[in-house]
Amino acid sequence: MFLNQFLFLAAALFCIGIYGVLARRNGVLVLMSIELILNSVNINLVAFGAFHGHIGGQVFALFVIAVAAAEVGVGLAIVLLIYRNRRSIDVAEANLLKG
Amino acid sequence: MIGLLAQEAALTDTGEWIANGFFYAMAAVAILGGLKMVTTANVVHAALYLLVVLSAVAGTYVILGAEFVAVTQVLIYLGAIMVLLLFGVMLTRAKLGGEEDLDHEQRWIGALVAAGMLAVMSYSIWEAFDTQKLPGDRTPQLTQQVSDEIFSTYIVPFEALSVLLLAALIGAVVVARRD
Repeated sequence: MFLNQFLFLAAALFCIGIYGVLARRNGVLVLMSIELILNSVNINLVAFGAFHGHIGGQVFALFVIAVAAAEVGVGLAIVLLIYRNRRSIDVAEANLLKG
Repeated sequence: MIGLLAQEAALTDTGEWIANGFFYAMAAVAILGGLKMVTTANVVHAALYLLVVLSAVAGTYVILGAEFVAVTQVLIYLGAIMVLLLFGVMLTRAKLGGEEDLDHEQRWIGALVAAGMLAVMSYSIWEAFDTQKLPGDRTPQLTQQVSDEIFSTYIVPFEALSVLLLAALIGAVVVARRD
């Protein structure tokens, strides 16, 4: 198996996630797309770990999973707060700081 | 002896072929699920498509011999994070029957950016690693090896991560609390 196969899969998932972050208006959907991006990075880490025969790639993939859990917890709390204050989770409407 | 060696080579070839087929099946499921996730007009369907993508990614971890990461992916992502996201959908009262205004009007700019990034990344990946192969013997790495590495070499990031999780927990409670 080529290393490239995994890197291309990760790149494709990363770009799908980028599109989701940029195109979606719903805050929860934006968070889901961020999860997709973090997963694509994990594929890269594990693939390079297998490529070099080093276990550090897996360790960092586990770290990324833990950070993603923390991120989605705080992110959902922020989305809930925006919903409570604005009655909407449209990220385009959260523009109070706009000049 | 030579016959035995040839047989073994054929067997590993077959194994390689099966692994490739499994990988391409998983990759197709992941990419199609991802595309459906970012284009569907229903928030709950998007969450379920994300579930499909995460399962397929766990399958690619198994191919790479990272079984502990695959199991952790299933436990944390499919078990915990998905429930959290579905709770988010529920608490923000997203309409369940589908919405027309789920995307920005200028979503083609996002598509343009994503396509451009995909082109640049594909080109650079191809330039850097065009036909480098993964090592042939991808024996699954034991959980013991992973934990030995975490608790010896990477003990400082591990402890920092536990503090980060605690801080995120307290922060989430403080932010979302009704007072």
